[in-house]
This record gives sequence, C-alpha cells and structure tokens, in this order.
Amino acid sequence: MAAVAVTERDPAVAAPEAARPILMKGNEALAEAAVQAGCDAYFGYPITPQAELLEWMARRMPELGRVFVQAESELGAINMALGAAATGARVLVSSSSPGISLMAEAMSYMAGSELPMVLINVMRGGPGLGSIGPSQSDYFQATKGHGHGDYRVPVLAPSSIAEAVALVPDAFELAERYRTPVMILTDGVIGQAMEPVVPTYRTPAPGPRGWELTGANGRPPRVLRSLHLRPEDLEGHNRRLQAKFATIAEREVRWAGEDLDDAEIAIVAYGTAARVARTAIERAREHGLRLGLFRPITLWPFPSRALAAVAPDLRALLVLEMSAGQMVEDVRLAVDGRSAVFFHGRTGGMVPTPGEVLDVVRRAWALTVPPPDAAGAAEAAAVCEPDPFSLLEAGAWAAAGRPMPSAVGARNGR
Amino acid sequence: MSTLMPDTRRVIYRRPTMLTDRSTHYCPGCGHGIVHRLVAELLDEMDLGPRTIGVGSVGCSVFASDYLAVDFVESPHGRAPAVATGVRRARPDAFVFTYQGDGDLAAIGTAEIVHAAARGERISVIFVNNGIYGMTGGQMAPTTLLGQRTTSSPAGREARTEGYPIPITEMLALLPGVAYAARGSIADPQLVGRTKAMLRRAFEVQLADAGFSIVEVLSTCPVGWGMTPTESMEHLARDVVQTYPLGVIVDRVKETAASAGRG
Repeated sequence: MAAVAVTERDPAVAAPEAARPILMKGNEALAEAAVQAGCDAYFGYPITPQAELLEWMARRMPELGRVFVQAESELGAINMALGAAATGARVLVSSSSPGISLMAEAMSYMAGSELPMVLINVMRGGPGLGSIGPSQSDYFQATKGHGHGDYRVPVLAPSSIAEAVALVPDAFELAERYRTPVMILTDGVIGQAMEPVVPTYRTPAPGPRGWELTGANGRPPRVLRSLHLRPEDLEGHNRRLQAKFATIAEREVRWAGEDLDDAEIAIVAYGTAARVARTAIERAREHGLRLGLFRPITLWPFPSRALAAVAPDLRALLVLEMSAGQMVEDVRLAVDGRSAVFFHGRTGGMVPTPGEVLDVVRRAWALTVPPPDAAGAAEAAAVCEPDPFSLLEAGAWAAAGRPMPSAVGARNGR
Repeated sequence: MSTLMPDTRRVIYRRPTMLTDRSTHYCPGCGHGIVHRLVAELLDEMDLGPRTIGVGSVGCSVFASDYLAVDFVESPHGRAPAVATGVRRARPDAFVFTYQGDGDLAAIGTAEIVHAAARGERISVIFVNNGIYGMTGGQMAPTTLLGQRTTSSPAGREARTEGYPIPITEMLALLPGVAYAARGSIADPQLVGRTKAMLRRAFEVQLADAGFSIVEVLSTCPVGWGMTPTESMEHLARDVVQTYPLGVIVDRVKETAASAGRG
C-alpha cells in the first residue's frame, strides 16, 4: 500500500441509509463517526466502559485498509498515535479515565510538538481504579492541562449520542486547524447507552499541511519535537503556543442554552448531567419554578463570557456534575462573585436523580432573591454556609461587592 | 601548481551527505559520533535518505536529529518503538529507525521494545549501549556491569541489591517477530566495520519486509565511567564484552532461506 489512506477519503464508506434513525450504542456511534470522518489510524487498549469503541475499530479499520493496532498499554497506544500523527495521518485514540492518566505524558509531548489527534475519554469513577460506572471526575484533568507544562487542549463534551456523532468531525477539524490534540470528554452513560441516531456523518477537509513527515525527498529535513533546550527558545515557543491557545479561546467557544429566557435559576451542566438537568427543569416548570439550562459544549475553552452575560438576569446558578465539584470552579471564575453559585454533585459512578436536583433547586430558591434586588444576598450567604463534606450542599457563593460573610470566611481559613 | 601536472588527488574519506555539517555536543571519546556516521553512511549507500523517518529518544542522543539529515520525530522517554510503530503503520513506504540508548530501551521503554518486537514491526532499532545514564550524570542503568561504580551505585553494582545486567537483545531474539538481532561494538576499526555490516543487514531486513530488526552497539561513556577515552575503549574491548558477547544473535531470514534450501 502506497502513502496510505492519509489522502484517501473513500466515499464508499458512507453509511448505507444515512437519513433513517438507527439505534446505536454511544461507543460504536463515536467509532463509526470517526471512520466516516476519514480517520486513517486508530490505536487503543481495552478498558471499560469504552471497549466497544476499540472493538468497532478492530472490525472497521482493516476492512477499509486503514490502520488499527491494539497496543500493549495506553502508553503504547498514545505514542503510536504520536508517530502516526507526525506523518500527517488523521488519528484517533480512545480510553477511559485510568488509561487517560497514562496518556498524560504523550499528550504533553503532542501539545508541545503541535501534533493533531483526537482522544476520546469515556469517563468512569475515580480516583485510582475507582469504578466502571459513569463519572465526570476527569474535568480538571481534561481542561487544566492533563500532562506537564503550560498547555491546553480543546475539550468537547457531547450530551447525547447524536451530538457525539456530530462532534467527532468537528474535533478532527479543530485538531488539524490548530495542530493540537483535541479531547472528546464523555462518560460511561453516553458510551454504553443506545439511542436512535440519524447519523450526520461528515468528512472534514484536511487541515494545513507542509509540516508532516514524509521523508525529506527533495526538501530540507523536518524535525517534530517539543525539546527546546535554550530557555530563550522555549519561552519563545511557549509564547507562540499561548497565542494559539488565546486564538482558540477567542474563536472556538461553544455552549447551548435552553429555557434561559424567563429562567430564574440556571442549571450549569454538561454531558450526562445536562440530561438529568433537563428532566429536573421540566419537572420544576410543572411546579412553577422557572429553570433553564446553560450547557457548555466546549469545556476548554469554557464559555465564561456567555455565562457571565446570562448570570445577572438570574437569581442563582446551580452547577450539576457527576464529580465532587470541578467545573463549578470555572463557573465561579466566570461570574467572579457577582452571582450566587450552588453546587450539587454525585461521584463514584452514581448519577444524580432529577428529584435530588430539585431538592437543591428548592433550597437555592429559598436562599436567593430575584435580581436585580440583591438585598437578601448577604443574609442568604450567611445561611448558605457551604459544607465541604456534603456533596448535596457543597455550594458557596458571594454577593457582588460585599465581603464574604465571616462564618464562611472562617471556615475557609481566612 | 603547474597546470601540466595531472591532479592525482583522490577523495578517500568524506562527510556522508546524511550527516549534517556541524560539530556534535557529545563528549570526547563518546561513541555516538561513530554510530551516527555509520547510520549516515548506510542511508547514503542504500539511498534511503529521501524516504527515511527517524524516531528519536531521550538521553544523550536526544539531539541525533541535529546531526542526521532526515525527517525526525521526537519520542517521550522509552516510547520510540511505539512512536515508530505509528509512523511505519501510517506510512508503509517509509524507512523507519529508532535510535535509543540503554536506559531508554532497556528500563523505561521495556514494554514498548518488547511489544514492537513481538508484533514484528517493520522497524530497525539502533540500540546504543554504554551501560550508564550518561545525560543525567552517570547513574546506574539496567545494563550497568556487576561491580561497576556509578553515581547511584557508588559501592559498585551488586546483584543482590541492584540485580543483574539485562541482556535485552538476547531476550528480544527469542521472539519470532524479530527477524534480525545482533550485537556489535565500536571498540576498534575492525569492530566498527562489523557493526556497519550488522546495521546494513538490519536495514535490508526492514526493506525486505521480513520483520523487526535490532542492532545493539556497545559504546563508551568516558565521563560517566570516570576514564579517559583511551581507557574506556580498552575497557569496552576487554571487559564489557564479557557480559555482552558480540555477534549475530538471530537472523531468521537467513535461517528460513537455509532451511528452504535444504528442503
């Protein structure tokens, strides 16, 4: 086989009947979306709850003459991806939380060497071996750097299988446009669930070329590396990377709002948690509580500006996560003390129920007043002292322009 | 010079085109320069340069890409065989080699080298073994000889506490995916010539799509060993080979051809 599938985009791989909804398992839908997006090479290692993705690729990639390798470890898989990406191939890797931790090293190298790749994390409960249940506890890892060094990667968070399918080609496009790894952050619910999907497959055009390794035939050799031993050189490299990250943060933010127009409280949630939130919102509205949903789709770059713009019209934000509270930090940074921020989270593979979300909503409602009257805010703050040991009420907030109530300050060691 | 005199000068030694025109950062007496040159000569002689993608490693040879004029990709420490797997699988028409030291290949990268070999990846591994972590200041490596003093085995490596040197090339040679495995040395010009022949064979094996190939090259680290360059060459020739015997360990292509011939 000559210079591989890198340039081949075979239309014959198109799904047989694209317009009819078909029942698909999340992991398999993600895999097929990557196949249809023109993925040239896939590298993986078995881990629950993403194993079906690997299995799908084991069947599909060889039948299309593309590359599939089951590696000896997640370290092996991600470094094979690094090598394939260096040749300009469109590369996919998938794993779940513990495996993603092993990949942190190569992710840092790939960010530093500016190699495009899409990495899917089907999150499970942690820390450590944790559980195989769904979780969102890798938010920090995904959005705050993952490996060592100053870098960020775009993180896309689908909340349905259909959205996952649509985000896969977008992820490849982002990866190649900015020459960066991109992560699709999903969880065991979306990976394992089956939903009717009208496949909206798309094969993005290849990103800019001229950097990839092909053998230096008739041109000067190219070297792809993150090593810049002279501090002056490395700082220059970092400045360039940071400028790229700033461009991504400026241009690639995505979020979705639902029922926000008349909402008094917005639930901020992504992925599976957003689906629980949606049910809670429907039920709340049946009881006259006007709730809305603010759903980040890019977790990095986080839709901070959009959230800060929405927040003043609300009496409170309730952050719902399948973690002990990770995205809530970005929400607090976004509103910068100007809005009440409550938190509810479940961990370990537990999925919050709409009922328990409504309990927290009711409490938040009782403790806040509608904007713009912030008179009750300080009083509410004093009552709403956060209990860091209770996941049900690990919420803290501050009123605009007011000092944090002393009880809260004392608890926080101020 | 009179124009009547014919020019009888003859070039008998030149810089291979695949070797860049710059001085290396390697210490005096270090073997990397010799091995780089052998690789560059072979890339020239076999006309492989235009299709070669080199895979770097971490250690003193991390800058090999500065000296070998081919496309190069860096690897995290020990991961070069996995990176090379990705390169070769995605670009089957490329000639792919890794250039790794003994700390990189035989300690942190053990899983990657074993499984690349087990899969019979069509890559050639140039494994430079000087028995020490040179770049970080001369610590004990998995290949360090028994009794050898290093900064992290100051009393000398003792089997009971630090274990035994790993004959990793012999271990790899057990795997059916390994088409060719050999160990050479740079201790004298004759051995350098033999090592070059081994490297040529390893490259041919890849070009013949026969499987994985590896050449271990015993090399020196005068600074890490606390010796002069001359002493370190003598030590290499006299002592190191006691633990790491030289020669072809396996050549499955030849064996297959031989058994086919008998049949």
